[in-house]
Amino acid sequence: MQQPEQASHQASHQVSHQVSHQVSWPSSELTLVPFRLYTDAEQYALEQERIFKGPTWSYLCLAAEIPNRGDYLVSSVGETPVVVTRSASGELNAFVNRCAHRGSLLCLKRRGNGDGITCVYHGWSYDLAGNLTSVAFERGVKRQGGMPAEFKRSEHNLRKLRVAEFCGLIFGSFDQGVPDLETYLGAEIAARIRRVLKRPVKVLGRTTQVLPNNWKLYFENVKDSYHASILHLFFTTFEISRLSQQGGIIVDDGGGNHASYSIMDRSIGNAEYREQALRSAKDDYRLEDSSVVEGVDEFGDGVMMQILTVFPGFVLQQHLNSIAVRQLVPRGVERSELAWTILGFADDDAAMTERRLKQANLVGPAGYISMEDGAVGGFVQRAVRGLDADAGLLMMGGSDSRSQEFRATEASVRGFWKKYRALMGA
Amino acid sequence: MDARAASRPVDQNVRLEVQDLIARYVDAIDQDRLEEWPELFVEKCRYLITSAESDADGLPHGVIYADSRGMLRDRVSALREANIYEQQRYRHVVGPIRVEAESEMIVQARSHFLVVRTMHTGDATLFASGIYRDRIDVSCIPYRFIERIVVTDSHKFDTLLAIPL
Repeated sequence: MQQPEQASHQASHQVSHQVSHQVSWPSSELTLVPFRLYTDAEQYALEQERIFKGPTWSYLCLAAEIPNRGDYLVSSVGETPVVVTRSASGELNAFVNRCAHRGSLLCLKRRGNGDGITCVYHGWSYDLAGNLTSVAFERGVKRQGGMPAEFKRSEHNLRKLRVAEFCGLIFGSFDQGVPDLETYLGAEIAARIRRVLKRPVKVLGRTTQVLPNNWKLYFENVKDSYHASILHLFFTTFEISRLSQQGGIIVDDGGGNHASYSIMDRSIGNAEYREQALRSAKDDYRLEDSSVVEGVDEFGDGVMMQILTVFPGFVLQQHLNSIAVRQLVPRGVERSELAWTILGFADDDAAMTERRLKQANLVGPAGYISMEDGAVGGFVQRAVRGLDADAGLLMMGGSDSRSQEFRATEASVRGFWKKYRALMGA
Repeated sequence: MDARAASRPVDQNVRLEVQDLIARYVDAIDQDRLEEWPELFVEKCRYLITSAESDADGLPHGVIYADSRGMLRDRVSALREANIYEQQRYRHVVGPIRVEAESEMIVQARSHFLVVRTMHTGDATLFASGIYRDRIDVSCIPYRFIERIVVTDSHKFDTLLAIPL
């Protein structure tokens, strides 16, 4: 783990805390969520400071994506562009992708390898730990110009983040006071990540879904176990995930991290779903080629669906044998991006890789399941415009955010707001 | 073109049939006759939507991937019966088609495309651009796709990709 410089950036945080005008909540309860949280520009700006640059860990990339010394990759923390590197000594670093001189973007490619980074604008160079190593014409030209005597390169390094790795996932934080990553995850969530990422991964693909909605609407959606088998016919009809199946919800103490899981059991009757007359429980819907919904129990515990989130924007997904990580990036009040990395494991045989590739039809922009999650956030976003006073309701399964052994609940969505309000001071 | 493609000349009639197959493909999708779309492929086919970046990196994952006509028919039935998405339509513009023979039975074709997506609200966007890399069975009429790899220029898709490209 890196220990970045603390110094000058702390001050700006303090200032913005004093000038905030954030959306007010009707009460201290987590069951009423003001719609203005999704439409307010000042709220959005404050989230960048207090959440994304606050005491949180943001997912940056996989260790497997920068395996070699000198590898670098461009990611982001909130809207801030960040470079992740593996230095010559093999250690991980992250810093803002912005030259300390005039603020130009440094890395213009998404990924690369080298022994340092030079700004194209005025030729300032940095090593892969983000330290300023040279300044073009530092001593001037023909003994004229150049930097003054008091200029010290060591005072103009790039703005560094703390970096930590867990199970091959690299996270970064701007905050010095954030607990170490494993404490931040919580023991139960850490165990649920370990369950999936026990072996070295192999990247099978990448794609990005541009979502027409505020970032929070997506993060709520992915934490919402109530909607999954109602909106998604594929979950229900093919019995990948139903609320009647054995499973549960784990929410960490802070509320921001969660895991929802279900054990596939095709012996459970249809009665409860039939009574509700749900569109998604369509018994006569059949696939001609059912390989897309045929999974094998690769983790040996019968859990065929696990969805896990780490506040504020990381998702680890197991739908049958389709494994993916998703990075949620806010791109404005009404826009966000969901970057998907589709995974297998390095020791997968050809049949397993093929199975994962076929089941990947369930997820991503064209996923039989995920395309619908891409759409619903936009449905809310379009409907809440201009509704200043109204609030949404989160009463399913009680009013708190504790772990539960059933999934007809909104406990993990309430957990999101618990964490959110604590960080925002609301 | 794939290394398998020889530089042997392709008969004009073959070119016309290939052009006709690609025209029928676009017409089936853009005129919402999606049920005709899988029938343009051989039974044991391969359909993959990937991005130029994933393609260059040699990554096998497809945003949509099918290795049988059955899987293509399932895509259509899911759109008709299962999935929730807003009503929308595509308009494909396909550029000139380059055709080379791979064998007596198979030709390879490359063509460039743009797709405009118009939502039921009237909002239209340039949704995708890229290249089709095809292997086509020319052993009998009508010609059918053995393989159609759709390589999009961007790895980003707006909201969702419901209708096939």
